[in-house]
Amino acid sequence: MNPFYDCRDAFAETLEELARADPRIVILSNDSIGSSKLGGILERMPNRVINVGIAEQDMVGIASGLANGGKIPFACSATSFLTARALEQIKVDLAYTNANVKLCGMSPGLAYGALGATHHAIEDMAWLRAIANMTVIVPADPLETGQAVREAARTNGPIFLRIARMPVPIVHDADYRFQIGKAACLRQGIDVTIIANGVMVSRALDAAGLLAKYGISARVLNMATVQPIDREAIIAAARETRGIVTVEEHNIHAGLGSAVAEVVVCTHPLPMRLLGVPGVFAPTGPTEWLLDYFGLNAPAIATAALELLDGRVSLPER
Amino acid sequence: MTSDRVQLIASLRRRAAAIRRRDLLMIQRSGLGHPGGDLSAIDILTTLYFAVLHVDPANPGAPDRDRFILSKGHCSGALYNTLAEAGFFPLAELDTFAQPLSALNGHPDRNKVAGVEANTGPLGHGLAVAVGCALAAKMDGASWRTFVLVGDGELQEGSNWEALMAAAHFKLDNLTLIVDRNGLQLGDSTERTMALEPLADKLRAFGWAVRETDGHDYAALLDAFAAIPFVGGHPNCLIAHTHKGQGVSFMVDNVAWHHRIPTYDELNLALQELAEVDHEPVL
Repeated sequence: MNPFYDCRDAFAETLEELARADPRIVILSNDSIGSSKLGGILERMPNRVINVGIAEQDMVGIASGLANGGKIPFACSATSFLTARALEQIKVDLAYTNANVKLCGMSPGLAYGALGATHHAIEDMAWLRAIANMTVIVPADPLETGQAVREAARTNGPIFLRIARMPVPIVHDADYRFQIGKAACLRQGIDVTIIANGVMVSRALDAAGLLAKYGISARVLNMATVQPIDREAIIAAARETRGIVTVEEHNIHAGLGSAVAEVVVCTHPLPMRLLGVPGVFAPTGPTEWLLDYFGLNAPAIATAALELLDGRVSLPER
Repeated sequence: MTSDRVQLIASLRRRAAAIRRRDLLMIQRSGLGHPGGDLSAIDILTTLYFAVLHVDPANPGAPDRDRFILSKGHCSGALYNTLAEAGFFPLAELDTFAQPLSALNGHPDRNKVAGVEANTGPLGHGLAVAVGCALAAKMDGASWRTFVLVGDGELQEGSNWEALMAAAHFKLDNLTLIVDRNGLQLGDSTERTMALEPLADKLRAFGWAVRETDGHDYAALLDAFAAIPFVGGHPNCLIAHTHKGQGVSFMVDNVAWHHRIPTYDELNLALQELAEVDHEPVL
């Protein structure tokens, strides 16, 4: 059994390393030092951490001003509050302004489990990818999380990082190199493509393993960057396989699946299944239970792929 | 008063009149703008850009420049005409205001217009951005200062009060908030719409060093800006008592001119009134 990791640890470790090397990096928090795993940085580099109190709109505006003054701010908060409460500041003060600010959405998706729908972030990918000039990155494991933090620090402009709390296994090889806007093909396949990001990637890989037992060859793409999305990888998947299943820890309305479908319908239309939270507020339950409830596990992903191939596409002789 | 100061104030008065005239021309020609709020703020902007701010139109991105943020972004006309008067871009560019593909949008865009520090438009954004600027200077031990102009009605936005707390908490005495206290918002007086008073007391209670002044009196404005920081360790607030439509008799304190476009005849009347400033004696 592979060990599982909380991506916030890789996030905090990388951020501290970058902050030591670059005096322009400053870290903002809305009194969420602990849940953003910033305690160590605060202890060792107290002058680089700015706690703005419970004030997300203020935090994003201040981050924009710090960037104006030459800093590279990383503004950290639970994703639900950061993206919903401060959405106009994100649009105007960051994206439209083209401020060099990195938004770090912690504990996204259904990570807060039974705390309920107020604390779930299942709309953030939709909201942020609808904003021009906003880069949206959803890393899948600690390796990719660390690299995404590095890429964000050295890439000018507003970038949103969705940092997972729910433990995940490592899905990338040690020599993997994350690039903004590039999907990673984690498994080759010719029958169907599963496109996932974040904590869903390991489940997509497990689903591909199940499908192999049925003789189905599934390609798995880690679409870590939702905006700008990797059109070439999507078009290739549409041309070279016979259906696409998308999997996201997010409302299926306007999230990853929709982003993929926007490319597919305009280039090489083919049947798709969009897996995620189907346009509802989640019921009460712990995270793992909620993911099972919404069919966001390997057997349900594999079943969706089988249905897609059997129901919509005639299997060719092989 | 020394003769230098007399000359400075006379030149500010002439520049402000020129900025007002060009602004009203620009608004009338484009059919877009906010004349009431522009005229309310122009004396403050003129004083800042021609006597207070350390900014260089030839090097608008200099890291150690003072920052000025117009939070009431709908008064872009006041800002554009002041920046053009100061030489940040040619006066002729004002003719393109609001035209297709012009850099001069209805609300300012720092990526298109030299001298603009923040993209504003929705109210309640500029103060938090200014807090961030001032914080950056403090962290670097730098001497550049940050100024932000908010409309009084704008203070009804809750985001301002988060930023007011933060500025005092971080002891940003390098930050100056100027409140364009003309008493009117889009449809009515601020006090009838959602009362702000006692405004100075509220700001003091939030930890700010507060002064009040006549926002059309150049000498008073110069004195106030020269006194920054008002109290060491506290952010500065200057409540500038102003009149919407200042400088044009039929626009003054008339809420209808928030975003009304003058007719050709009204423009001519306004320009005649504003031309008289050029003929006033210096003393």
